[in-house]
Amino acid sequence: MSLILILEQILNGLQFGVMLFLMAAGLTLVFGVMGLINLAHGALYMVGAFAAAIVAAWTGSFVLALAASLVAAAAAGALVELLVIRKLYDRDHLDQVLATFALILVFSEGTRWIFGSFPLFLDVPSYLSGPVTLPGGIQYPLYRLTIIAIGLVVATGLFWLIARTRIGIQIRAGESDREMIAALGVDISVLYTLVFALGAALAGLAGALVGAIQSVQVGMGEPVLILAFVVIVIGGIGSIKGAMVGALLVGLTDTLGGVFLPRLFGLFMEPASATSVGASLASMLIYILMAVILLVRPSGLYGGQS
Amino acid sequence: MKTLKTMALATAVSTLAMAAAAETKIGMITTLSGGGAGLGVDVRDGFMLAIDQAGRDNVEVVIEDDQRKPESAVQIADRMIQSEKVDIMTGIIWSNLAMAVVPSATAQGVFYLSPNAGPSALAGKRCHENYFNVAWQNDNLHEAAGAYANDAELKNSYILAPNYPAGKDALTGYKRMYEGDLAGETYTKLGQTDYAAEIAQIRASGADSVYFFLPGGMGISFLKQYADSGVDLPVVGPAFSFDQGILQAVGGAALGIKNTSQWNKDLDTPANTAFVAAFEQKYDRLPSLYASQGYDTANLILSALDTADVSDKDAFRAALKAAKFDSVRGAFKFGNNHHPIQNIYVREVIQEGDVFTNKIIATGLENHADAYAADCKM
Repeated sequence: MSLILILEQILNGLQFGVMLFLMAAGLTLVFGVMGLINLAHGALYMVGAFAAAIVAAWTGSFVLALAASLVAAAAAGALVELLVIRKLYDRDHLDQVLATFALILVFSEGTRWIFGSFPLFLDVPSYLSGPVTLPGGIQYPLYRLTIIAIGLVVATGLFWLIARTRIGIQIRAGESDREMIAALGVDISVLYTLVFALGAALAGLAGALVGAIQSVQVGMGEPVLILAFVVIVIGGIGSIKGAMVGALLVGLTDTLGGVFLPRLFGLFMEPASATSVGASLASMLIYILMAVILLVRPSGLYGGQS
Repeated sequence: MKTLKTMALATAVSTLAMAAAAETKIGMITTLSGGGAGLGVDVRDGFMLAIDQAGRDNVEVVIEDDQRKPESAVQIADRMIQSEKVDIMTGIIWSNLAMAVVPSATAQGVFYLSPNAGPSALAGKRCHENYFNVAWQNDNLHEAAGAYANDAELKNSYILAPNYPAGKDALTGYKRMYEGDLAGETYTKLGQTDYAAEIAQIRASGADSVYFFLPGGMGISFLKQYADSGVDLPVVGPAFSFDQGILQAVGGAALGIKNTSQWNKDLDTPANTAFVAAFEQKYDRLPSLYASQGYDTANLILSALDTADVSDKDAFRAALKAAKFDSVRGAFKFGNNHHPIQNIYVREVIQEGDVFTNKIIATGLENHADAYAADCKM
């Protein structure tokens, strides 16, 4: 096994992690600030991907498609917050789970009704397609490098927004004591709509970025949503830093485990059963990771005291 | 919405059927939502096209969505058998769901006709007199691909499939016929959408070709990422990743790829020509492999109903086994284990105007039966 292969797999893990971060950031913000469990986050990821596919088909421009994914997902998020989520803040988590689960069904069936059951076509633009050769002779798809770059830029922007800006201060304050910040004259409901739309936009961007290399289809957000929940549980609910670290941990564990566990079992088992056992164990690996982390730190790596 | 649609459909059909004396109730459990929905929708549309064309007023079809989840498939099956008293069941797309539903359904005396999944476990020792597979045994298309790989002089294949019953059948089937070496063998997660890690392994393995079985959206993701990775080895696959429903989403990445199938729209038989035209007219799209399998399944049931009543189980079973229907894939008959003996073709992905589609370029295996038939004592 060559060093090049290992390095390439680490890059793959990073890219997967960055994508998970885009998904988990919105989820953890909404959960941390508003105390709301939003199962419909995966639906917003799907909205972003579909919007990008439609705009790319109309205009042929990938940049416009990405912009459309941000706008469409943010708009859908704001709308959902105003119409449905707003009524759920004071309810318990079970009501929130039920209502947002219903939203998944509404979004999925609505999308199927408009676009049909077949996947849509969204392609990597020609100027980003094909592999590039990195130092050390690693061949790596340019588009995946672009995803890593975009993800890191967005993460930096988000840290800056939360840590350095006035609105970030309000968001963090709303996280600790929503009555007090409302009493200080901040319009808490506008703030909530903004946070929700921001989280939705990030999910939509992730959907569009990933849609170009995977398939744009109804229900595409659900598998990612489960992983995003694992990420925020590992990272600690409400923490952007936790989401980043958790996402990279999950991305690397999942990718490297899937590649190297079957090889490890291959050392002392016959090839066919080694690949089968290795693949089965690899798919459990991130949940084992989550369990171990929760044993050591019950509120996640960067979680609060609660 | 889904339930509403199903109910509306069921009511429409059942009102029609109200007057008839002898009524046959068919329960269809298939995947109409989530990642694998396109496959179930096509099976349903093909099936209902044949039912509509028959114009019989004594056949009722109840359709339910399993969401590709074994637990919901089992629940729906229990309800259909116990409270709705269906005579015949059909529709399941995925082998893991078939394994959860079929053995118990057939044990309770219901006929099950598979329009898609053909797990090896149900073809051999655990075959059942009430279980018929109208599509293929899971290994079949992969066996034809292995045979094609020999003809194309591929010597060192990297093979991959999802880690579930049909994935294991797929790689077993390929290896049964393929005579070259294996550069690597990987089982991926079912429903996986990112194949960067697998493609990196293919690049590093020194393979001269890639064989993969990744049905539905999984195959779209793999092919797009493969095309973008710069790995330039020839790819061979079964029809499932090159089917009409997904080729448009895969796009140019699939052009020229050879794949194996027991059906294609250019098969030149009167039944097939009529089917393709009728399907296009009714649904405004080209039929897929899955649609053809749904259509054949319905026509087999209808042909058996012409000669026997479903309440006379032995007569009905014999009528199914005789398979006196005009299959869209041409020659078709059942082997001793109630699985098809049929030709499997090699197709190539081509472009016709704006539409990506397939054309048959060779016959991979002729009158091919499955490898498990000998184990079935029936």
